[in-house]
Amino acid sequence: MSEDILTTNRPEPPAAGASSSAAPPWIRGQLGNWLEQAGMLAILAILVIVCSVTVNDFFTLRNLDSLLLAVSTVGMISCTMLFCLASGNFDLSVGTIVPCAGVVAALMINKSDSILIGILAGLGFGALVGLVNGIVVAKCKINALITTLATYQIVKGLAFIFSGGKSVGITRQAFFSLGNAAWPVVRDVHHRLIFQLTTPVWICMGCFLFFGFLLQRTTFGRNTLAIGGNEEAARLAGINVARIKILIFVMQGIVAAMAGVVLASRMTSGQPKSSDGLELQVISACVLGGVSLTGGIGRMSFVIAGVFIMGVVQNAMNLKNVDPFYQYVVSGTILLLAVLFDRVKQTRTGAAI
Amino acid sequence: MTAQAGSASALDRPGAGGAGLEFCAMTKTYPGVRALQDVSFTVRPGSVHALLGENGAGKSTLLKTLSGAHLPTGGHLRIDGREALFHNTADAIAAGVAVIYQELHLVPQLSVAENLFLGHLPARGGIVDRRTLRENTIQQLRRFGEDIGPGTLVARLSIGQRQMIEIAKALSRGARMIAFDEPTSSLSAREIEKMFKVIDQLKRQNCAILYVTHRMEEVFRICDAGTVLRDGRHVVTWDPMRGVSQHEVVKAMVGRELKDIYNYRPRAQRSIVPPAIEVKNLLGPGISAPVSFSVRQGEILGLFGLVGAGRSELMKLVFGAERRVQGSILVDGRELRIDRPADAIRAGIVLCPEDRKKEGIVPIRSIMENINLSARRNHVAMGLVVRNRWERENASQKVKQLGIKTPGLMQLIRNLSGGNQQKVILARWLSEQVKVILLDEPTRGIDVGAKSEIYSIIYRLAEQGVGVVVVSSDLPEVLGVADRIMVMRKGQVVAALDRAAATPEKMLALALPMSSETTSGDVAGADNNRAATAAGR
Repeated sequence: MSEDILTTNRPEPPAAGASSSAAPPWIRGQLGNWLEQAGMLAILAILVIVCSVTVNDFFTLRNLDSLLLAVSTVGMISCTMLFCLASGNFDLSVGTIVPCAGVVAALMINKSDSILIGILAGLGFGALVGLVNGIVVAKCKINALITTLATYQIVKGLAFIFSGGKSVGITRQAFFSLGNAAWPVVRDVHHRLIFQLTTPVWICMGCFLFFGFLLQRTTFGRNTLAIGGNEEAARLAGINVARIKILIFVMQGIVAAMAGVVLASRMTSGQPKSSDGLELQVISACVLGGVSLTGGIGRMSFVIAGVFIMGVVQNAMNLKNVDPFYQYVVSGTILLLAVLFDRVKQTRTGAAI
Repeated sequence: MTAQAGSASALDRPGAGGAGLEFCAMTKTYPGVRALQDVSFTVRPGSVHALLGENGAGKSTLLKTLSGAHLPTGGHLRIDGREALFHNTADAIAAGVAVIYQELHLVPQLSVAENLFLGHLPARGGIVDRRTLRENTIQQLRRFGEDIGPGTLVARLSIGQRQMIEIAKALSRGARMIAFDEPTSSLSAREIEKMFKVIDQLKRQNCAILYVTHRMEEVFRICDAGTVLRDGRHVVTWDPMRGVSQHEVVKAMVGRELKDIYNYRPRAQRSIVPPAIEVKNLLGPGISAPVSFSVRQGEILGLFGLVGAGRSELMKLVFGAERRVQGSILVDGRELRIDRPADAIRAGIVLCPEDRKKEGIVPIRSIMENINLSARRNHVAMGLVVRNRWERENASQKVKQLGIKTPGLMQLIRNLSGGNQQKVILARWLSEQVKVILLDEPTRGIDVGAKSEIYSIIYRLAEQGVGVVVVSSDLPEVLGVADRIMVMRKGQVVAALDRAAATPEKMLALALPMSSETTSGDVAGADNNRAATAAGR
């Protein structure tokens, strides 16, 4: 009874004994987690197999290349949207930050004749919008949906104002390599392209790794999930809720702007009208993978699964020459099914996610 | 005078007509808690039957089985001699049973008439027949002598009027057995009189009335019979209640010796022990006069007061969760700047909040996650990356030390019992370097076994020199665990008493807004009970 229960007054608790007794339940829990994660990834795998068999040209390196490129924009932004959703928030403004940051970058490159200044201006613009979102949501306690709906429209307007409503051609050719350079590039003997990984794909994979690590392994990421799980409990546990929320929105703004700058480079111009409905694609991908809209539940593997399921379906429909009008119906149906599936899973599972 | 429960007591009352409402061996178990065990008694038609007991005695659970909200694990009801079990509210309504809760189930945005006939609005071909609705409403309300326009929005009515609507609603659905859950707790004196008149009227119409209350004077004024529950078990049924003294009732309700669960451990109190925390002239939201107090190292300070006395507000101020207007907080003799909980935690002041579910746990995360929520910031690599090994070791160590019952560290915390959840919150703070721990209602909604364990943890902390504050509206608990007791009333501290000097009567006199009521010892005893239990809700 007189056992010292304030043992952590020692800086590091002794490893002996404690770890050996902890390992079995932990491993059991981890195993449960792997199975949990496998849920959507398994569906992705089945989807890939089905498409490989039924869709011509699907299972080719050339198609893999275009599939990866196609999902890269949504992929990048989904990484930070994951944080946003995990903290119990929402961000619509990414849908207009992407084109507007592209316009800002294009204008600044033309004006300053410096690619670096152009890129930084684009990213800075995204950070600024994110900061406004974050402060209004975290400090003024305004609902994130409304806040970002407002900034969505403001930024949309700014994109047209900055560009005068027209696409902004970029004069510095070197900037285009940001979106189009590739490594490695594999060609056959006739010098025809077999496979390449372009910069947007590399950036997207980098985001997956970086933000996945940030969410799972750092105090920042774990506190994000705690805030989404119970904001008041997190606050009373000494977590600086407002600061984390603001940081999340700033991160989201920067990543969306990065996607926009890369897109401008791919299109060789800043297009104020591009990326229609992107914000909903991003949120769909996250939710499709199993990220909870009410916060507290989310993993990078969920997002990767969601992004690729959407990408594969779209890619397969393109290869099959499905009318774009029907593609919307299919995408919506898949999202609905995924959410229903998730609901069933949640009512059954007891293990931690 | 004291008859055991059963239908026998009802049968020997001639002219009662029918067997009324019988509870037969009602049992309800939740995971880890036996809320009701073999409870049997009868409510005669044409009588008002008091249901008495402390917090957690099983009164609410019994009402829930009656309203169809919960299905009992064992036993059944008998209505007018016929066996019955309610699977949902519709079953209960169909059987003529209505439960009127403290939180009324009315839709404030709808009119009186619409609320009264909610679910069975008079209609022709799907279109509401407004005239019939209006006439029926007026007719129903007239029975109570209430003069409320049928079109009035419920949101505009007083609590008393809303309660009348609720009763009228029950009657319009043909209720003959009506249970009231502390109906007068938020009514004015005039409204209470009116309520009693209505209850009397219902009684004369041969309704069987079950009346849950903590107010002794009401029991003796309007109740014909009474049943006492304790720890989910039936203690006694008096039918009739005439001649039973308040003292007998209170004794039946409290029953056990307080020492049994508190198991107070006197600690050697040296007078020169330095204070763990000193609070000077603290003022902020919910506090009406500057508060000063100190807690010595190894001391357990009880903080008693009724609901709304400002106890939780004071704790949140000390913890930095609310913005203070003025005042200073000293730990180890040094003044601290505490603007947010993080500052308090860094200084060694921690708070287990009152509402565990809303403010304490992150329900959808694991036990490990909930334990390490705060302390993991001190166990990171490169200032950011959490050490997995530390997390596992710390969590499993705390689970063992505090006896948290769980199949594994990755178990979601929401799957644990209340007592184990509270231990997880304690584990969270024991992972920090605690100097002062503020416990706001640490045992609310926790069963007796887990309570004792929590008290034992509190004593262990005190023995290791931590300053402990235990906030409670449960008088026996404060008297049972604290070395010294501070009483709050209406946002200010009104007294601080030593353990030896604190008596229930004294503390209640201090805590109650009007102390003129407590004149004779008997009344004080009744008030004691009312406050101790009512305030705990």
